[in-house]
Amino acid sequence: MIPLIPIGQYMAGSSYLHRRDPRAKFIGTVIFLFLVFLANTPLALGIVAGAVLLGILVSGIPISYIFRSLKPVLWLLILTAFIQVLTLKKGELLLTIGPLSIYEGGVKEGVFITVRVTLLMISASLLTLTTSPIRLTDGLENLFSPLKPFRFPAHEIALMISISLRFIPTLWEEADRIKKAQMSRGANFSTGPLQKRLNHILSLIVPLFVQSFKRAEEMALAMEARGYRGGEGRTRYRRLEWRLGDTLFLVIILLIGGIILATRYL
Amino acid sequence: MIKVSNVTFHYGKDRPAVLKDIDVTINRGQYVSIIGHNGSGKSTLARLLNGLLLPEEGTVEIQGLSTANEEEIWKIRHKVGMVFQNPDNQFVAPTVEDDLAFGLENLGVDPEKMEGRIRDALERVDMLPYRHTEPSRLSGGQKQRVAIGGMLALHPEVLVLDEATAMLDPKGRRDVLDIVKRMNEEEGITIIQITHYLEETLNSHYIYVMDQGQIVKEGTPTQLYQNPDLLRKLGLDVPFAVDLHFRLQNKGLVGEGFSLTSEGVISALWT
Repeated sequence: MIPLIPIGQYMAGSSYLHRRDPRAKFIGTVIFLFLVFLANTPLALGIVAGAVLLGILVSGIPISYIFRSLKPVLWLLILTAFIQVLTLKKGELLLTIGPLSIYEGGVKEGVFITVRVTLLMISASLLTLTTSPIRLTDGLENLFSPLKPFRFPAHEIALMISISLRFIPTLWEEADRIKKAQMSRGANFSTGPLQKRLNHILSLIVPLFVQSFKRAEEMALAMEARGYRGGEGRTRYRRLEWRLGDTLFLVIILLIGGIILATRYL
Repeated sequence: MIKVSNVTFHYGKDRPAVLKDIDVTINRGQYVSIIGHNGSGKSTLARLLNGLLLPEEGTVEIQGLSTANEEEIWKIRHKVGMVFQNPDNQFVAPTVEDDLAFGLENLGVDPEKMEGRIRDALERVDMLPYRHTEPSRLSGGQKQRVAIGGMLALHPEVLVLDEATAMLDPKGRRDVLDIVKRMNEEEGITIIQITHYLEETLNSHYIYVMDQGQIVKEGTPTQLYQNPDLLRKLGLDVPFAVDLHFRLQNKGLVGEGFSLTSEGVISALWT
């Protein structure tokens, strides 16, 4: 079996962050991402980092779990830091190794960018870790529904996302089955010349696509049989309730923003 | 009451007719099976019943509502629930309860009332403990039970099973058929079961046999099973007990008549 990667990586819980309205969390995260870029002094960045740490503590999600979500971008982080350190020639010359010279400004920028990207990643994964995919799509549909008069398909997009998420495990299983079927016919996915391997991968992808189209067709039929006729006149089972705590959540984030802006004029 | 009158249907103008001049009337509360081999037109007939397909000639009426009328189709789809063959491809939502909610949402049911209807429907298909489960953690039979639950939540009057058990293991098949039988007996829901397994028609009150777009034979299970040779000629497997009884009868070991179950054969042997 191909190991299933955690999608959406949601961790069930009942913390203050878990209980927040998905709309509040989404807006809050977007504002927060801006703040990370606004913070351009060590003090401001420190405040943002403090806020992220507080968020992690409140969410009750183990730190190790959060760092696991950083793993895929670890190399990207290291690479960007290196490029900054090696190319930015500002401030005092610190060190020269052969043709490479490292300046103080480069080191500073390198550290800055690493911290920033790390904070970005953590705050974005805090959103997906504390919000189930259903609530997240519900929240997005609701947030974007004012755009409906401008022909923005908020309901359709939300439904598309939620059906895609629901089908990931199904398609995963199917890919695994096809892979085994092709292997039993002699396909080799892991060794051999690249060109041959690519050909074998094609023998996996084509049937997977054909099957997906078939599934889509049957799914459309089943949805129609259950009376689906677009977003018009539909009610929602899961209701979103904006509580005092959600307003408070946004106020806190705006306050942090205010503090960061203030530090620029200190 | 379901009334299919003089229906003819083609997929595309110059293709051969899939259904030729079909006339079927199904009364309320009946358990009817439509049986035939692949390509006999039985699934097409099922899809005409809730307006997924529209007949070229003839009419389909469900309690006076016609599928020819664009507005009435949506009312019909809530009266006539349909369960399809592939358990995966009819599960819309990320969890069981959300999937049941999908149909209710389409109908525009007041969200306050959904909770109760979902709980009630899940209880009737014995799936309440799986309420928050994701579909990937359910077996095929459980998914089909959820699909039936999704229909029951809409309070349908008719349930159409379009080869709903074809992809299930024996246990899943038995569970689904048991629930369907219960819905028919206890709640008076009309059942229309499309299948190519003759064994699955044992529960039904009446059977239509289809071949090449036409109804070639009809009757109660008792009447139909008395002619196993004809059924075999139409490409259908005759249930084991029925077959055994007739073979024994040909050898003069049991008397006239037939048995639907192995127990029936045994008792016929020693009486």
